[in-house]
Amino acid sequence: MQGIPLIFEKTKTGKEGFRLSPLEVPKVDLSETLGEDIVRDEVNLPEVSELDVIRHYTELSRMNFGVDNGFYPLGSCTMKYNPKINEEVAAMPGFTELHPYAPEEISQGTLEVMYDTQNLLAEITGMDNFTLQPAAGAHGELTGILIIKKYLEHKGEKRTKIIVPDSAHGTNPASASHGGFDIIKVKSDSEGLVDIEALKELVNEDVAALMLTNPNTLGLFEKNIFEISKILHEKGALLYYDGANLNAVMGIVRPGDMGFDVVHLNLHKTFSTPHGGGGPGSGAVGVKAFLRDFLPKPLAAQKGQMYYLDYDIPHSIGKIHGFYGNLGVVLKAYAYIKSLGAKGLKEASEIATLNASYLLKKIEDMFEVPEDILFKHEFVVSCNNWKEKFGVRALDVAKRLLDYGFHPPTIYFPLIVDEALMVEPTETESKDTLDAFADALRKIYQEAKEGPDFLKSAPHDTPVRRVDEVKAAREMKLIYEG
Amino acid sequence: MSNIPAELMYTEEHEWISLEENRGKVGITDHAQDSLGDVVYVELPEVGDKIVKGEAFGSVESVKAASDLYAPVSGTVLEINEALNDGPELVNKSPYDDGWMIVVEVEDESELEDLLTPEEYEEQVEGE
Repeated sequence: MQGIPLIFEKTKTGKEGFRLSPLEVPKVDLSETLGEDIVRDEVNLPEVSELDVIRHYTELSRMNFGVDNGFYPLGSCTMKYNPKINEEVAAMPGFTELHPYAPEEISQGTLEVMYDTQNLLAEITGMDNFTLQPAAGAHGELTGILIIKKYLEHKGEKRTKIIVPDSAHGTNPASASHGGFDIIKVKSDSEGLVDIEALKELVNEDVAALMLTNPNTLGLFEKNIFEISKILHEKGALLYYDGANLNAVMGIVRPGDMGFDVVHLNLHKTFSTPHGGGGPGSGAVGVKAFLRDFLPKPLAAQKGQMYYLDYDIPHSIGKIHGFYGNLGVVLKAYAYIKSLGAKGLKEASEIATLNASYLLKKIEDMFEVPEDILFKHEFVVSCNNWKEKFGVRALDVAKRLLDYGFHPPTIYFPLIVDEALMVEPTETESKDTLDAFADALRKIYQEAKEGPDFLKSAPHDTPVRRVDEVKAAREMKLIYEG
Repeated sequence: MSNIPAELMYTEEHEWISLEENRGKVGITDHAQDSLGDVVYVELPEVGDKIVKGEAFGSVESVKAASDLYAPVSGTVLEINEALNDGPELVNKSPYDDGWMIVVEVEDESELEDLLTPEEYEEQVEGE
């Protein structure tokens, strides 16, 4: 990185930030005990003081960009503000000091929250049962796929194919393939929705399921969902809901009512827990009653006044996470759902959609945008006209936004839109922020008009300038070799 | 304007194939490499593998996306372009020449009949 030394480069031989107490046991020769071949003399660790370490990492941490210090309209990621009350709830000692092997009698509070969360998610999505085990979205997808597979095996059916739209998140085909299925792609029609005629031709007795995001990755509601559901179910195939875009429809429509059989939710997106730094997340999975007996075990359950872990799940796919999932994330999601309530969740979705529509109106004249289309909580515009007129690409626009203090939108996704910018402002942003973002884009548009070079070398004001992504991918260097 | 050589046949998924006796040489088009952006990795089958027309036989990864490669024809892989291991950028620099991907032994030449002509492929690209 330009101008930022690595901790290794701050080494001064002999400097250290620790002192070991004197040895109280006889000294052992490691080479003798462990074998000479595995004992290294040179480990090349940085030699720095405690203060050096603190200053180094504090400096790096100040370069972080997150939703707590700026607008983060990363499409399909729902980077909404995560209320701090969530953290307070998840940090309550009653939760944090509980051992996962503690007896059920003294774990009642935690079990109750798990049980309630399962039910709240079921109510929000119109499903019957939920597992909180999956660690994140793609893990939820795999769990859902394995449930479908086990269910079909149990019925004695050999179905080998899963259909995904060409606009799908890349995780959909990856999860289905990982679950042992072959992938068939169904194309989008001219409106950006699943092509119904093409779907009809693809669905037969070999098809296990269709994986669908609704609204889809273009931010469009699949209005033919009932017909899609009918096409699948008539042939004995199931319908899988990728919950990545639930933020558009909470409290308004429910996947269960649309005909979906399996649902995964990204609690870390829709239900406001921190994400984007590699986890932890939570990809809770919900099913209709006929799939309940295939869920991972255990589920939180209630008998009389007592809560317990129910291991009686006859055809369970087994465990897919240690203990009970990422409980800290579940607690934060629970706090969020309880704080907002039914009315608040619906309002969140309404404002998310309103914010996206408002922002689109402010910037649409600068981009290629499909006509007469109502986007939901996010929208996709194309920089094709920038490329043709100014020689500036979506990547350059994204990089320049960094100079204006904004996290860029998702770019080059969905794959079916050239030079795509995919913008999801979320409900937690104010009109002022949306206006400021629109103004920044307008300034960048002016800059593009004046010539592409300045944008092609952006960002100019960040600690690290334009990164050579090609070199980084082709010549990966993963360790410091001094 | 992308380069679409007149002597090749094309798929809707942007692969090209040339035929010399029963040896079909396969790669991706200029338009495909331009849309993908800088290619950083090419995953190819092994010599001796069977590929099936219309099904994925490998993938191309660029800084923007990973895309499957679809077989224009069925057959046994005779050669793969080993140079792409260390030089995936050949796909960008020379999509029809040094950036070729595999040579396949074509079993049934009639499978080539429904491929796109250069004119048809050009029409498709312009329609996108």
